[in-house]
Amino acid sequence: MELHNLTGYKLHNMLQTKKISAVELIKAVFTRVEKVERKVKAYLNLDRDLALSRAKKIDQNIKSEKKISFLTGLPIAVKDNICTKGIITTCASRMLENFNPVYNATVAQRIIDRGAVIAGKTNMDEFAMGSSTENSAFGPTFNPWNLETVPGGSSGGSAAAVAAGEAIFSLGSDTGGSIRQPASLCGVVGLKPTYGLISRYGLIAFASSLDQIGPITKDVRDCACLLNEIAGHDPKDSTSLRTNVPDYTKALVKEIGGLRIGIPKELMGEGVSRDVKDSVEKALELLRGLGAHVEETSLPHLDYALSAYYLIAPAEASSNLARYDGVRYGYRAEDVSDILEMYSKTRALGFGDEVKRRIMLGTYALSAGYYEAYYGQAQKVRTLVVRDFNEAFEKFDVLISPTSPTPAFKIGEKVADPLQMYLSDICTIPVNLAGIPAISIPCGAVNGLPVGLQIMGKVLGEETILRVAYAFEQNFKGVGKPPLRI
Amino acid sequence: MSITVRDVEHIAWLARLELSERDKRKFSKQLDHILDHAGKIKEIDLRDVPPTSHVLPLENVFRKDESEPCLTDKEALSNAPKKEKGAFVVPRILAQD
Repeated sequence: MELHNLTGYKLHNMLQTKKISAVELIKAVFTRVEKVERKVKAYLNLDRDLALSRAKKIDQNIKSEKKISFLTGLPIAVKDNICTKGIITTCASRMLENFNPVYNATVAQRIIDRGAVIAGKTNMDEFAMGSSTENSAFGPTFNPWNLETVPGGSSGGSAAAVAAGEAIFSLGSDTGGSIRQPASLCGVVGLKPTYGLISRYGLIAFASSLDQIGPITKDVRDCACLLNEIAGHDPKDSTSLRTNVPDYTKALVKEIGGLRIGIPKELMGEGVSRDVKDSVEKALELLRGLGAHVEETSLPHLDYALSAYYLIAPAEASSNLARYDGVRYGYRAEDVSDILEMYSKTRALGFGDEVKRRIMLGTYALSAGYYEAYYGQAQKVRTLVVRDFNEAFEKFDVLISPTSPTPAFKIGEKVADPLQMYLSDICTIPVNLAGIPAISIPCGAVNGLPVGLQIMGKVLGEETILRVAYAFEQNFKGVGKPPLRI
Repeated sequence: MSITVRDVEHIAWLARLELSERDKRKFSKQLDHILDHAGKIKEIDLRDVPPTSHVLPLENVFRKDESEPCLTDKEALSNAPKKEKGAFVVPRILAQD
């Protein structure tokens, strides 16, 4: 087996027992990158020299340490909306094309402190707005399973990099499904943790009440291992939870006998393709076979979640993105006569269409005369979505649905119709509104394209969803690796 | 309820976005379509429902009022499109008489 195809857990053991070195490993990953990256285009920025010199230093440390930390020497890809000091962080936008952060995001600092080797920064939809990575100002990423299809989004680069073996694992961010949906479309594991479990300090803001960073990995064990490294309170993020972080790998037991699983019928509706439903139903059959009780249920207000989300998220975005004014950092338009013209030209030239659409949607939803009818109402719907989940979790340990209503769609298929694109997030959005955790794991394939299963848990229920995900994975034949014939 | 080109002009002005005539027409159609779908929330009776702006039971998170290390002038200005003598330079703000 080639090193780039192994899990972080296996590679950690090999580094620990000195079967391989960190330099060998990063070189193996970069050899893979050289082979496939021109087709996949998962990365926006790769710094081989920096990564190599870091791996060399880490090898020195490994020599003197008896027991190395989990991340030591493991190559990781980081979504390009997570600030990395001294490494250009663009958010896939012209606006930040040359932005060089002067500090590290807390998650970036943590993985660096714990010995990870940042392989590069990954492509995404501009400012994380999109479901296909086609909104990147620097061109799309291609799905390793079928290069004519999208990898999903907005963390499409992070998911494609892991699927193609261009990184051992990666970090993404999820505001309405941006970790889970690309993980689903690329046949890998993606977790959106409970809101507040992982620091957002240094994550370039999209919709602050919904954004959350999380891991994208090859399997559930790696997901738990990486979560262990990045979870926990951060005084620099006022929305960060003060909670004891357990060892998530302890939750990886195959036993789920008696576990109560609810299937919200609103997430298995007409928008979900027949093939995806079949895959999900087969997965539920498997879980039943392991002793779980599976029962259909209803969370009636999920039918309104997408509508509420596309008012709330743009409203928050319109406010967050007001900072891009060409004054302190980022792009600035030239040849302007006064400051107002500078603002409006800078923003016209610096932002792509989807970002403009969301800024305008949000501005409208917050403007005089429409605030109560749109933003105010959407916030009330959010309350009802939260209540529906609270009630459901009195009866069920986890809820399960498809992650995405369809497998990967064709490049270009939905770019002209924003609403169609938004509907790709119909199963993932309710989770962000409620702030609960959810994981996507591969559960089948249709015409050579992976299908993802979404397992949702209550607030801080990461251990339960990891346990269900692990039990499923251990008893499922898997979807294998993308063919990726180059 | 429909979003006209005039509405788009007003929103774009509020959001400080310069748009071409073509953009205005395109966005008015798209925003209309999206808001029509979002308007679905008007179907529900929400009279006695309180709004949720945030899901965490957190309020007023303060730190101690103590000075901590922060960015230097040089760092804070390092990404500025235009700077001079430790300040950000911007175009004229007040009109000349």
